[in-house]
Amino acid sequence: MPEELNDKPADKSLKGKALEAYNWVEQRVQLQAPFEEAMLHPVPKSTASWWYVFGSAAATLLMLQIVTGILLALVYVPSGAEAWKSLQILNHDLPLGWFLRAMHGWGSNFMVAVVLIHMAQVFMFGAYKFPRELTWVVGVIMLLMTLGMAFTGQVLRFDQDSYWGLGIGASITSRIPIIGAPAVQLMLGGPIIAGATLTRFFALHVFVIPGLLLALTGLHIWMVVKLGINEWPMPGRRVNKKTYIREYHELTHKDGLPFMPGALWKDAVFSAAILLAVAVCAAIFGPYGPTGQPDPTIIQTVPKPDFFFLWLYAVLSYLPPALETPFLLTVPAVGIAILLALPFWAGEGEKSWHRRPVAVMVLALVAVSWGTFTHLATFTPWSPVMNAWSGANVPEKMTHNLSPVERQGAVILQSKQCRNCHALGGEGGQRGPALDDVATRLTEDQLIRQVVQGGGNMPAYGKSLTPSEVTALVKFLDTMHPANQPAATDASRAAVAANTPAAVPAPAAQAEPAPAKAQ
Amino acid sequence: MTENNHTPDLVEAEHHTVQDDPKVVTRRWILMGIGALLNGVVGIAVAVPVVRYILGPIRKKGAYNSWISLGSATQFPAGETRLATYENPFNRPWDGETAKVACWVRNIDGQKFQVFAVNCAHLGCPVRWFPQSSLFMCPCHGGAYYQDGSRASGPPERGLFEYDYKLVRGELHIDAGQMPTLANPASPNSPGEQSANGGLTVITNAPGGCGSCQKS
Repeated sequence: MPEELNDKPADKSLKGKALEAYNWVEQRVQLQAPFEEAMLHPVPKSTASWWYVFGSAAATLLMLQIVTGILLALVYVPSGAEAWKSLQILNHDLPLGWFLRAMHGWGSNFMVAVVLIHMAQVFMFGAYKFPRELTWVVGVIMLLMTLGMAFTGQVLRFDQDSYWGLGIGASITSRIPIIGAPAVQLMLGGPIIAGATLTRFFALHVFVIPGLLLALTGLHIWMVVKLGINEWPMPGRRVNKKTYIREYHELTHKDGLPFMPGALWKDAVFSAAILLAVAVCAAIFGPYGPTGQPDPTIIQTVPKPDFFFLWLYAVLSYLPPALETPFLLTVPAVGIAILLALPFWAGEGEKSWHRRPVAVMVLALVAVSWGTFTHLATFTPWSPVMNAWSGANVPEKMTHNLSPVERQGAVILQSKQCRNCHALGGEGGQRGPALDDVATRLTEDQLIRQVVQGGGNMPAYGKSLTPSEVTALVKFLDTMHPANQPAATDASRAAVAANTPAAVPAPAAQAEPAPAKAQ
Repeated sequence: MTENNHTPDLVEAEHHTVQDDPKVVTRRWILMGIGALLNGVVGIAVAVPVVRYILGPIRKKGAYNSWISLGSATQFPAGETRLATYENPFNRPWDGETAKVACWVRNIDGQKFQVFAVNCAHLGCPVRWFPQSSLFMCPCHGGAYYQDGSRASGPPERGLFEYDYKLVRGELHIDAGQMPTLANPASPNSPGEQSANGGLTVITNAPGGCGSCQKS
């Protein structure tokens, strides 16, 4: 046999030498045949579509993340004391260090987005159905790992947002019944968020999750090659386990084309476009942070999660307190279970979205909810604006023509942090209602009750305001109504006033001023 | 390229492997089984210490706690609430500034104190004290607490986490050591049982002391 290996006449040209070298390697690794089989296998013509490019783009982004990640690891120091400083050096001292950080950060954003779009497309096209159930299941696990990479990556930034983000993670973990306390210690690597926390998230982000993610990516693509690319769904062409394989085989051989180049060129173009988009975003918007240094004694901070966890931040603000723990503990598990069970529950039948109205509505609902919560979390209307009381003045026009006691009320409104939650003239917090026309909604008595007792998400100010301060504040609030709309009054008050003994002094006494007013 | 594609596949070329009779094969399979078993036993023997290593950070309730001095109690004026900082006793040389912890110290009347964790009972964000309105407010989801730490409004289910304290020779000591969460309250014993941790060692490492106090 060895003589077969060298039966070619020697070719002295450069091309010939290169070919010779290629052959020398190929005779040993023997990868050309399986590679050609994978690349040239026939696929349905309909899959050479721009809708089918997201999976390969996600794989390309994973490669980008690995390359940029390795380059960052040349400099990054996974130490509680040094991590933040090493990012400063990457950002400011090393040539193009900022660009690599920006590529890695934006690459992460794009990867999560592309993976989600890929998943939505697979769901819409019914590609999870027989025989591709396991491809979907592996894909769901890969989605979770991608989100895991995004979260652990945010931790490695080890700035204020990262520090308090870990605090939020620990607080959520602590709600697990029975094992909550040890689970938090396991997550933090000790009693508090510190160096041991960073090193374990470093190990997860750099070794554990990427290793598994790469292995699963290989398995995922292997299954795509072996089971064929999902054909374009046609209404009425139902998946049947007994006939599908034969039908697909007919489709690929009668109306198919080789994967390369027929479908692959679109993947290549889109992947290049995505890489370019990452680079453009990185160049224009720059790297993510780091924000302030992770010093837990600097509490003048407003921590916020990264983009893809904003929706959760919003949900956690709107849930009633009693529902929060049940929600956190059950909804993610139920959601993942539904995703994993989907191909086994709906493994056959229609693939076309024209015949799957529930699927279309579910996807639309999820997308709209996600968008809404993300939008809300961008503006955080539930968060107090911590410096509004000292930074946003009461608009000048609201203090015109006020009595001294009303002006005193305006000062109290400002100095008692009311503005942190209540806006005036569009400035201030939005946690409570804006107070611009509060007098049209609440009567004086209701205002007093609200200020003193609180309620409906407002703390009671009874203990921190003296009675005279309450009076002044309410007198001021009572002026907060448009000129053409009177302040709300209590009807019973008018009746009481009319019937008090002081008012009784006679029909005569009342009769007299009336003509005077008329004049 | 393509012409040279038909490289010999040495593995599948021909089956010249030993075709044993069933008895010999059985012996080989037994040896194979012994090999697998050996690996299983050694694997478990190695894995047990590894699990112990991974679970290392898990300690019993209160095991991370100790009495920590915040410095002289006179730094905290009566009737006021001030931010104090201390270095967590359980730390590593590479923790840097993350070894530091902040807490709110309220001197109620010169005699009695309350020491609160800065972490909001909702999701652990740092609450800020506003003396003008006597409220703690959280910047994340708007949790608010009264000056005694009780819940005022917002998403938290409970009041601020409170550390047990004691006064030792004019110094304020708190029973602390781990990040307070719903599962790990600040001090492992309920407030009021302040003598329960009397046996803990006292650690004096409060370089910052009262962070927001004016030096006099």
